[in-house]
Amino acid sequence: MRTIYILWLRQLKRYFRSKSRVIGSLAQPLLFLVALGYGLGPVFQKAGEGNYVQFLVPGVVGMAIIFSSVFSGIEIIWDKQFGFLKETLVAPVSRVNIMIGRTLGGATTSTMQGIIVFIIAILIGFKVESASSVVYAILLMLLIAILFTALGTIIASQLDDMQGFQLIVNFLVMPLFFLSGALFPLEGLPKILAALTRIDPLSYGIDAFRTILGGVSTFGLGLDLTILSVITITFIGIGSYLFSKIQI
Amino acid sequence: MEPRGFYDIIPRMNIIEVKNLTKKFGDITAVDNISFSVEKGEIFAFLGPNGAGKSTTIKILTTLLNPTAGEISLNSFDVAKNPDAVRHSFGIVFQDPSLDDELTAWENMEFHGVLYNVEKNLRRERIEKLMRFVELWDRKDSFVKSFSGGMKRRLEIARGLLHHPKVIFLDEPTLGLDPQTRNHMWNYLKELNKTEGTTVFFTTHYMEEADKVAQRIAVIDHGTIIASGTSEELKTKTNTKSLEEAFLSLTGKTIRADESNSADHMRMAGKLWRGGNKR
Repeated sequence: MRTIYILWLRQLKRYFRSKSRVIGSLAQPLLFLVALGYGLGPVFQKAGEGNYVQFLVPGVVGMAIIFSSVFSGIEIIWDKQFGFLKETLVAPVSRVNIMIGRTLGGATTSTMQGIIVFIIAILIGFKVESASSVVYAILLMLLIAILFTALGTIIASQLDDMQGFQLIVNFLVMPLFFLSGALFPLEGLPKILAALTRIDPLSYGIDAFRTILGGVSTFGLGLDLTILSVITITFIGIGSYLFSKIQI
Repeated sequence: MEPRGFYDIIPRMNIIEVKNLTKKFGDITAVDNISFSVEKGEIFAFLGPNGAGKSTTIKILTTLLNPTAGEISLNSFDVAKNPDAVRHSFGIVFQDPSLDDELTAWENMEFHGVLYNVEKNLRRERIEKLMRFVELWDRKDSFVKSFSGGMKRRLEIARGLLHHPKVIFLDEPTLGLDPQTRNHMWNYLKELNKTEGTTVFFTTHYMEEADKVAQRIAVIDHGTIIASGTSEELKTKTNTKSLEEAFLSLTGKTIRADESNSADHMRMAGKLWRGGNKR
């Protein structure tokens, strides 16, 4: 337990110390929120779908979380490059615990990113129905964050350097985000796109998020949470296995 | 010879035992069927030119790499079957830094102590003692990224000793250290070796250092051990006067290509990228 805690603590310390990174990774979701939220708002309204900002906020919070989670998982590559990973790998600690500590740490910092974006959204006019929905929303953020941090760990355990990094951003993180229904409703889509959105785990995260915050659900909260939990457990399992096989 | 003390009466046991160890990376054989052992309480030097297989051997002994073939035991635990028990038994100072730059010196020590399950009061006490010893106590709250190479090295040495390991591996520990610090460090290690019976396994390119501190030496080249024994035995065997001459006579005078790893590639890429942006 203590080893998980110290690894978690390390991630948090690193997070609070790199203020430029915190601010940098907030810029993108906020840009989406403001530019798209207000830019496409009138069109969305005319199409009879209601307030676009109200629709978009769960998606943009999801964006903040998926980006920072995947990247905090990928941080393992940095630790590999700059030697610190060796220090943890020679320690008499089970590698599963190392993986779990890191994942929880990364997920916690990503959830904080999500919360910051969420607070800013409320400040610029997002309406929350009740205090309890905010609590559920934060718990959901944590679940989504764990899922994608574990995904980042899986990727990082397979890479030796940052050269594959851009590939991951363009072919994994971006598609996961754009196909998740973060920006548009998932109803009435062309068949291929509809199919793609349904194999994207983030779709269920954003759908659950929207449901909790008083929006319309596409899949139903029960299905959302079931799928998210199953994928999270699977990813942690695969991540732990691959992490335990790392050789330097 | 008369037994001098308690440790001389009981038969010395081997704390490290390596039998027919081989490591291949694809077609390249980095370590080729080597066998050697290190006695408990010994100061053992593992010498060889760049790329000879020293670091690979250390990585295998410290559970970071799996061997292709061979049996290794450390502190009588099988390295392949019981890695956690093995990890408890040794401390290591790596060739290249393995500190977290974003943490302070003290936090790096604390992190290590928690990972190795050193009880809190004892941990705090030892951290202070070790950091005072490497003369970094007054910098304990500075970030490691602000440290010079030598300071990082000293911190790593302090960290490697924090959990009082049975064996301490030092992969070129004195690289970049000034003679004062080097001397200081070896005095401490020799003291630890005497009082706690800690086995010291080190590599170095400074032959006079190996000559002075090592009780036994093994020379590895092209993945095989080509000679071993005390410094005197190696000199006698090669009919030379100094260990440096003995080493050169054993390994030849050609300069070896240095090993390069992905970290180097990345640093290189980083340099190119930064350079390219300057224009």
